[in-house]
Amino acid sequence: MKDNYNIVIVGGGPAGLSAALEASKYTDKILLIDENLKAGGQLIKQTHKFFGSKNHHASERGINIAQELIKSIDSDKVEFLSGVSASGFYKPHTLLLEDKERLYRVNSDKFIFATGASENIIPFVNNDLPGVYGAGAVQTLMNLYGVVPGKRVLMIGAGNIGLIVSYQLFQCGVEIAGVVEASPYIGGYSVHAAKLRRMQIPIYTNHSIKAAYGDECVEKAVIAEVDSRWNIIKNTEKEFDVDTICLAVGLTPSTELLSQAGCDMVYVRELCGYVPKHDKFMETSISGVFVAGDASGIEEASAAMLEGRMAGLKACYDIEKFNRSEWINSISHIEFELKSLRSGPHGEKAVNGKKKIDIQR
Amino acid sequence: MRFLDHPILDFNSKDKKLVSFTFEGKTFNGYEGEPIAAALHDNGIKKLRISPKLKRNRGLFCAIGKCSSCLMKVDGIPNIRTCTEPLKQGMKVEYQNIKGDLPEVMS
Ligand SMILES: Cc1cc2nc3c(=O)[nH]c(=O)nc-3n(C[C@H](O)[C@H](O)[C@H](O)COP(=O)(O)OP(=O)(O)OC[C@H]3O[C@@H](n4cnc5c(N)ncnc54)[C@H](O)[C@@H]3O)c2cc1C
Repeated sequence: MKDNYNIVIVGGGPAGLSAALEASKYTDKILLIDENLKAGGQLIKQTHKFFGSKNHHASERGINIAQELIKSIDSDKVEFLSGVSASGFYKPHTLLLEDKERLYRVNSDKFIFATGASENIIPFVNNDLPGVYGAGAVQTLMNLYGVVPGKRVLMIGAGNIGLIVSYQLFQCGVEIAGVVEASPYIGGYSVHAAKLRRMQIPIYTNHSIKAAYGDECVEKAVIAEVDSRWNIIKNTEKEFDVDTICLAVGLTPSTELLSQAGCDMVYVRELCGYVPKHDKFMETSISGVFVAGDASGIEEASAAMLEGRMAGLKACYDIEKFNRSEWINSISHIEFELKSLRSGPHGEKAVNGKKKIDIQR
Repeated sequence: MRFLDHPILDFNSKDKKLVSFTFEGKTFNGYEGEPIAAALHDNGIKKLRISPKLKRNRGLFCAIGKCSSCLMKVDGIPNIRTCTEPLKQGMKVEYQNIKGDLPEVMS
């Protein structure tokens, strides 16, 4: 741990790693921290092949993309610390860090917050019973450590995450009692849904979870039909003997630090929560403070990587002398990639959401 | 519960080292370096905490250090996030006194 860093990056997921990688092309003395044991964020749990175009790592498995990023980091230029949490940001540009032994501060002119997202919980009776997990938690246990949470699982949510994690549980020998979805449609891609259908796993659309029961841990789940406003319809309950309930009901950007730092924050439905306003270079309302990835609105890993690169590149601009045309070229290249990624119906939400937090400088 | 055969991942690495730890005084095994909560799960222990106000049982929820559902007392130190704390040989893992006591010796 040194004293003087050119750039400090919080979060070692695809966004933070890409920021570090891009910045290390132009400068050194970069600090990258993550509070988890391994770098890679959500990516290191994704055993499935990604969607999208070839330029954006499509048909590669998430775990391999993470490994590639981690391998490319030059440790002479980027110091990586795991098991370290950022817990506060103070004027002028001081970040508070903590590990198990100590609490300390680090100063820098440039900070990039790539803190990702946290999993949503929904209201139902006994939703805090042990055995109710976020889908990401199940993935962490299973795909990083080879431990399964139980024998029989009820999955809540038929978006991509719910469908993918159900299939991954099945690959580990866990029985899936069913997938429950409140809307009339399956939100995830049809390829993932088809995989479950082939395994004869029922998908209950127009249903939601009503309660969990059990002495010390989940032993039973009750679901019921819902109307178009997602209110439970009486006498439509179904019971399942399960020891695990897995919630795949969306993510919320992890922006506590940015909010505490004093960035201008806006609640944007399309981006799934409170997010900091930022310009096209990912710089927030506080000069020298950047955001990237899911923390700037829930999207996908490919967008997170591009946003990370953009923030990393811009953070270097004030530190190193750039050849102006080279700089403009690099920026336009990333801008173009982001635009093409968000074109089409799947990117509409992100485009509309980002418009609401745009800072014009 | 652990699984050994996976179509994509390999969990049979020879570098993995089995260590022993205690939970509430009983001895269990787990792999060195994995999160304490993963080792507890493997041994069928899902209740990790009791909530401060309503005294309800809590288990693992986010597994990435964000939600505080898995705080336990480890080697005498309370409020340890067992989902991100690596397991070591001889660790003493316990339920904590709701909010956690100040440890007797702080090094
Ligand atoms: C089941 C599932 C399937 C997916 N499938 C796809 C897919 O097919 N294609 C695709 O493009 N995307 C997919 N994604 C989405 C993709 O994984 C995420 O969008 C991407 O990981 C976001 O990257 P990020 O770097 O912003 O955040 P994350 O990957 O969440 O990383 C954030 C990191 O920051 C660290 N951190 C947070 N707060 C702090 C703090 N205070 N101090 C220190 N460290 C901190 C965390 O420990 C974490 O490592 C999937 C996600 C899931 C859950």
